[in-house]
Amino acid sequence: MAATVTSTATTGKTWDGGNEPMGASYGKMMMWFFIVSDALTFSGFLAAYGFSRFKFIGTWPIADEVFTHFPFLHGKEAPMYYVALMTFILIFSSVTMVLAVDAGHKLQKTKVAIYMLLTIIGGFIFLGSQAWEWKNFIKGEFGAIESKGGSVLQFVDATTGKRVALADFAAHLPTERVNKLSSNGIWFESAPALPTYSVEEVAEGLKAHQNVVIRTEDITKDKKKTVLSREESLKKIDDFALVVEGANLQHNEYGHKLFADFFFFITGFHGFHVFSGVVINILIFLNVLAGTYEKRRSYEMVEKVGLYWHFVDLVWVFVFTFFYLV
Amino acid sequence: MAHTHESNTKRIWFVFGLLSVITIVEVILGIAKPDALYMHDLFRLNLLNWIFIILTIVKAYYIMWAFMHLEGEKGSLRWSIVSPLVFLIIYLVFILLVEGNYIFDVFHQGYYKWIF
Repeated sequence: MAATVTSTATTGKTWDGGNEPMGASYGKMMMWFFIVSDALTFSGFLAAYGFSRFKFIGTWPIADEVFTHFPFLHGKEAPMYYVALMTFILIFSSVTMVLAVDAGHKLQKTKVAIYMLLTIIGGFIFLGSQAWEWKNFIKGEFGAIESKGGSVLQFVDATTGKRVALADFAAHLPTERVNKLSSNGIWFESAPALPTYSVEEVAEGLKAHQNVVIRTEDITKDKKKTVLSREESLKKIDDFALVVEGANLQHNEYGHKLFADFFFFITGFHGFHVFSGVVINILIFLNVLAGTYEKRRSYEMVEKVGLYWHFVDLVWVFVFTFFYLV
Repeated sequence: MAHTHESNTKRIWFVFGLLSVITIVEVILGIAKPDALYMHDLFRLNLLNWIFIILTIVKAYYIMWAFMHLEGEKGSLRWSIVSPLVFLIIYLVFILLVEGNYIFDVFHQGYYKWIF
């Protein structure tokens, strides 16, 4: 057999074996092809998001009205700033990763270790930030009412046009309703948690506060949400079905159910990739410290792991654009 | 690894600066939403969104070419990565957005309101 095995070294033809036809090592090429497949997966998700959004383009939530939180600035509306900060953190961690790869080419072990450590810290900060975004998204801010048709009705101040929270105007009606837990339930079953206000309390509050009007999901020609007049708002009370506070996979106070679903799904998938990237980075970082690549006289592993990290950054750039900007 | 050992740090910091500037521009435009861009359409997409998408592709190009070092790789590897992505993504996005638009029109003009 050995007598008939050929290789590029002997025949001179590119594809005869023992050669790197595309100029990259096996490991690097395979990492690239994995990245292509994962990029197509995310493209599928984002395309699905685009499809759903276009189906309901007339009523889709406006991103800068939803993502307005900034750490330590409680109550202040800061649209987009936090997500911009997250983008910077990820870009910066990409830079430290590239610097680690660059130091690896020069076989500078300590520099590689320092830059990888910075990349890992950046990754953890991003994950923490994303968790904070989720927390705020799930908790909600103003609260809303879901109508019988399934659309979300929000409340604004008629004079200023600013959003009004349910807490600001809902009436307090004495009720004997008790949330059933399995200890005092009908058949040892827990009921789902009750919202803070009942539909009646919100309706009474709306009637009592003359300045509060309803804002529907419909987007006008001015690309703003439709605000109803006081008479139309009072007529809408017949349509109230349930109180929605925050967001979960069934209801959300921001608008269409799919908005929250896609937010959780896509940012969750991306966050999972960031998490796995951080774990892999930690493993390679430990190997760098142990001198594995020094012994090998090649830091190509750092480069391969760097490719995955940049891919994660790349996906975020697109998610940021299509969820928050566009 | 057959690689030149000349330091790429200058290019890395240049690209970082460029990506940061582009991001800042995107965020400022996203918050301000100037009417001249937001309210005017080109091929049924408003100009502001065109800018966002183009800037995002520019960012993607720099991340792939400079950070992922595709600029130093062989052309065949570059094409084997870029062409499937470009072709498949554009195809999928085109089909889905046209379809989504059609369904929106059906909901608005027809008598279906929910399942379609």
